[in-house]
Amino acid sequence: MELFRSHVLVCGGTGCTSSGSNMILENFEAELKKHQLENEVKVIQTGCFGLCEAGPVVIVYPDGTFYSHVKPEDVKEITEEHLLKGRVVRRLVYTDRGDHHDAGKPLDEISFYKHQTRIALRNCGVIDPENIDEYIAFDGYKALATCLTEKTPQDVLDLITEANLRGRGGGGFPAGKKWQFAANSKSDKKYVICNADEGDPGAFMDRSILEGDPHSVLEAMAICGYSIGSDEGYIYVRAEYPIAVERLETAIRQAREYGLLGKNILGTDFSFDIHLRLGAGAFVCGEETALMASIEGKRGEPRPKPPFPAVAGLFGKPTNINNVETYANVPHIINKGVEWFRSLGTEKSPGTKVFALGGKINNTGLVEISMGTPLRNVIYDIGGGIPKGKEFKAVQTGGPSGGCIPASLLDVPIEYDSLVEIGSMMGSGGMIVMDEDNCMVDIARFFLDFTVEESCGKCTPCRIGTKRMLEILDRIVEGKGRDGDIEKLERLAETISSSSLCGLGQTAPNPVLSTLRYFRDEYEAHIYEKRCPAHHCKKLLHLEITDNCRGCTACARVCPVEAISGEVRNKHYIDPDKCTKCFSCIEKCRFGAIVKV
Amino acid sequence: MKTLEELRAIRENTLKNINVRKDDKSAIIRIVVGMATCGIAAGARPVMQAFIEEAALRGLNHVQITQTGCIGLCRYEPMADVFIPGQEKVTYINLTPEKAKRIVLEHIVNGNPVIEYAIGSAENNK
Repeated sequence: MELFRSHVLVCGGTGCTSSGSNMILENFEAELKKHQLENEVKVIQTGCFGLCEAGPVVIVYPDGTFYSHVKPEDVKEITEEHLLKGRVVRRLVYTDRGDHHDAGKPLDEISFYKHQTRIALRNCGVIDPENIDEYIAFDGYKALATCLTEKTPQDVLDLITEANLRGRGGGGFPAGKKWQFAANSKSDKKYVICNADEGDPGAFMDRSILEGDPHSVLEAMAICGYSIGSDEGYIYVRAEYPIAVERLETAIRQAREYGLLGKNILGTDFSFDIHLRLGAGAFVCGEETALMASIEGKRGEPRPKPPFPAVAGLFGKPTNINNVETYANVPHIINKGVEWFRSLGTEKSPGTKVFALGGKINNTGLVEISMGTPLRNVIYDIGGGIPKGKEFKAVQTGGPSGGCIPASLLDVPIEYDSLVEIGSMMGSGGMIVMDEDNCMVDIARFFLDFTVEESCGKCTPCRIGTKRMLEILDRIVEGKGRDGDIEKLERLAETISSSSLCGLGQTAPNPVLSTLRYFRDEYEAHIYEKRCPAHHCKKLLHLEITDNCRGCTACARVCPVEAISGEVRNKHYIDPDKCTKCFSCIEKCRFGAIVKV
Repeated sequence: MKTLEELRAIRENTLKNINVRKDDKSAIIRIVVGMATCGIAAGARPVMQAFIEEAALRGLNHVQITQTGCIGLCRYEPMADVFIPGQEKVTYINLTPEKAKRIVLEHIVNGNPVIEYAIGSAENNK
């Protein structure tokens, strides 16, 4: 057995990788060799730690020192000071908001982590995702072994039903029921599918689970296969997730080598194998029937339901399809029991949910919280609040299918039903925070633009209806809104949601409806007063120089279109006809004399 | 093909290796080697190596071996502190790889501090 006195964990999630964590890893290996520490210190690339804002992240054990914003050139110092001489490199230690603890706090005391409960992300940032032994060490494949040797398929189904695990892809349908339906269907062949076609703008929790803990999904799929009587599974993952694809391939290969996938798993009669299918990045392929069509090699378009996949799914056979995060919960529920799982979260929505925090928030990253946690905790305690002291305005959940939640509803607990009640939805878990500078009409327009782009065009309401809505919104943000536009939007929205074929169309108007519900005054200001209250829509604002101007000429020099004129030491003037509203003058002005009106 | 027993064996073996990453430090024995410039110059590196090798050899996965800076007693380097929960800290001085191995065996495994290597003996013999 090899024993290392110290482990250096380098984040290998997509966020940290794009800011150079691969270089950091290489440098560590080179530096350790140089100081002949390679037999004493082990470097491990892990999955996402979640605190992407602080990336690239490096953790040194046994001390548990949490280094943030590490650059490849810092590695030399960390090696020579910390690993060789035992002196923590203080300037790189992560400092919690307003807290200056010299050696840094342990990970679980940092406020970003303190309020989280990690189930689906339990191994992310802890184990080496490319080493099956480390997954096994953290009770990996124990749940599968328990199921195969001690439980009947019906026992497993009952357990998942009792746990009341609800679909984490956003719909919240009970996974146990779904599995039971597939189990009840009689057929010579059944399939298990993992939906890893994560497409919401700003959402990346499925990617992080696949990158950080791929075996948990494989194990859960095998458990599902055992319970419903299937011997074959597919993971449908986006080709845009190269690291996730690579780690999944590695994980599948290792699991096959250990006989944890393939024929007669653990010497039992149960056989199960998993294939990968790469999606080409169509948002609609996250819809289950479109996803299955895509696996079959057909055009990725949805079809009407019923028949449901549990009756006639992939290749016409009974199929169970769940999202990545749903599966990632399964092994843990079996290991720790139904009671434990139900003790977390709320009565109707037990367990946790992973959210990708983004937008105007200090700690962008990945968080996992108990269901029922109020939004306020997520945004202020975990997320660290809004940057630059700006005012919180709204949070968008559920991506293009969800809605905006205003500040007045910040104390609403996060769970499936309460979010639907206030006109949003859980969705797959994107959470985009907006401050006073965001125009709500423009946000609605952004999401609708996305839906129009991604509509597959099979059914008319979605193909044409969303396009008409977008045209109206385009008009409004350009200052050409007319009386009656709001009513027209509402009418279209209702028609589209009631008559579209699949979830994409049915939920497409949600961003418009929810902003109309909570920010109707902003729409009215755009249409009737030709004014954007957030000073965001360029067509509806102009720049003015106030009396604070000292005549330093800095603005005139930076203006790319020469729209600013004025004498030195005299107040300047902006020609509104020439101004392109690039705002470079505002950035340049040291006296705050240029304002958006 | 793996059996259940083999899975269990993999779990136990790997756990020993990654215990270092556990945040719960309460029940862990720590050996802290002085690794400042003075320590390294006096030969702390081979001493550190010897501690690691001996701990690995005896499968002592509850022992954590870390390094620290200079505590000002440079003339006694290489030095190491041994912390066992519930017992008083023992500071060893003028170490060599051979002494390190003996400390692991007698102090950590058998529970008898090697008094002759401890700092107290050196002070008394003056």
